[in-house]
Amino acid sequence: MALAIRAEGLVKHYGETKALDGVDLEVPEGKVVGVLGPNGAGKTTAVRVLATLLRPDAGHATVHGHDVLKDPRAVRSLIGLTGQYASVDEDLSGTENLVLLARLLDHSRAGARAKAAELLERFELTDAAGRAAKTYSGGMRRRLDLAASLVGNPSVLYLDEPTTGLDPHARNEVWAVVRKLVANGVTVLLTTQYLEEADQLADSITVFDHGRVVAEGRPDELKRRVGGQTLQVRPTSMRDLDVVYRILGDLTGARPTRDDDTGLLTAPVNDPVLLSTLVRKLDEAGITADELALRLPSLDEVFLALTGKQTEGSLA
Amino acid sequence: MSTIALDRGMRHGFSLAWRGILKIRKNPEQLMDVTLAPIIFLVMFTYLFGGALAGSTDSYLQMLVPGIMVMNILQASMTAGVQMNTDVSKGVFDRFRSMPIARSAPLVGAVLADIVRYVVCIVVLLVVATIMGFRIQTGPVELLIAAGLTIAFGLCFCWASVFVGMLLKTPQAVQGMMFVLIMPLTFGSNVFVGTSTMPGWLKAWADISPVSLLSDALRGLLNGGAIAGPLTGSLIWMAGAVAVFFPLAMWAYRKRV
Repeated sequence: MALAIRAEGLVKHYGETKALDGVDLEVPEGKVVGVLGPNGAGKTTAVRVLATLLRPDAGHATVHGHDVLKDPRAVRSLIGLTGQYASVDEDLSGTENLVLLARLLDHSRAGARAKAAELLERFELTDAAGRAAKTYSGGMRRRLDLAASLVGNPSVLYLDEPTTGLDPHARNEVWAVVRKLVANGVTVLLTTQYLEEADQLADSITVFDHGRVVAEGRPDELKRRVGGQTLQVRPTSMRDLDVVYRILGDLTGARPTRDDDTGLLTAPVNDPVLLSTLVRKLDEAGITADELALRLPSLDEVFLALTGKQTEGSLA
Repeated sequence: MSTIALDRGMRHGFSLAWRGILKIRKNPEQLMDVTLAPIIFLVMFTYLFGGALAGSTDSYLQMLVPGIMVMNILQASMTAGVQMNTDVSKGVFDRFRSMPIARSAPLVGAVLADIVRYVVCIVVLLVVATIMGFRIQTGPVELLIAAGLTIAFGLCFCWASVFVGMLLKTPQAVQGMMFVLIMPLTFGSNVFVGTSTMPGWLKAWADISPVSLLSDALRGLLNGGAIAGPLTGSLIWMAGAVAVFFPLAMWAYRKRV
């Protein structure tokens, strides 16, 4: 598959701190790659390098084949950037912000006004078009920010923590916009501290910690790789608990965890086929179960396992 | 650079200047230093020193107004550095830099927008001075040349402030530094008093300082009198300021952003 973004061995130091410590990153065309990591993991630094805003100390990166260092102008004509902080001019109105950007992208006066009106309409900001951006709510400002990054019809979009600080409603709005863009073929590199966000939007996830890639893969692959899967079963009758405990133990070759209060038995498994075997064995023993599931670990658990750190606040 | 690239660069500069002008219109208090400040200086110095230095406030006014013009344009031009320093730390600047425009366009835009401030400064000064009794002894052509020369002077010297603005971290530091540089530059000149009673070392400097030379050129243009000498001197200073500070400002700017 053709790559929209390819980065190899990116290194960036700030004094003693290694913001990037040899990062490789590949984003296929038309896909969403989520870069997940805690504050200070190097996510924003990576985006700034890929957006030609920051020179790496080592390594190189290309966007659609154009080197970010050797041909920054070609890269800039392909990308849109939505920063962690609303990067619009707070004093200017929604219309003025977008007209300014359109003029800088060589639209004619009339063309710039039309482009601004079209984007304001699309992001449901028409009513607020004449108001200064500083009077906008958090969600409106993020939408204006997104609109601003789309003035140049970018084929690659960087979203640096697009929903940080937004309430769930505004967050859902931003997600809907991103999904629509992806449906139109835009490649998206998304950074986030929120596992749920990466899980919701990304085709694949790259986990950053201390300037390094500590894991990557599809969300379900990541979940499977770390911690493994567990079989969970809760017999309908507590009387069957001992029998089921034995069956589960024989099947998995491990000692199941047993919760006598809830009647839930849990055992780690390597082979998902064991689920159907368990169903058959329970059937043969004439035991019914209220709950029977093959469970993947949550991304929070994945993150803890990969970085040894709790995530900093999941979304409400 | 090809003509087309230069043309695009200028167009982007004008677009960003439009942004600067919109911002001034929305925050008119930004014009305080080119409206209130010049009036205060003019009134204060005229009535404070006029009688003692020139016998009457009226005759002092004729000598003072051109000098005050230079002093205030210099101060107005020094805010460019403070503005740029504030601007580069804002998120919107990252957006400009991530776009396929000339890297210098935001700088050019900021400086072009400053022309509006210079014009306001000169108009306010001349109107208030006229109310106070100042009279242009020449004609409208000389007045226009004087105004144009003053604005050009501001445009040349603002690069020094942009340079400092890109070197220092905070807007406050830039403000402080520029104040320290401008005070001796404006007072160590013939703006307020003739240089004849100054000690030799100071007189030597004050006679060739850009502030003195432009003040004399403006006096010639507005009051009548010798123009050629001080005008030539002013133009040399202006060319020198651009030759030195424009590259330095660009270098510091590229390093910063």
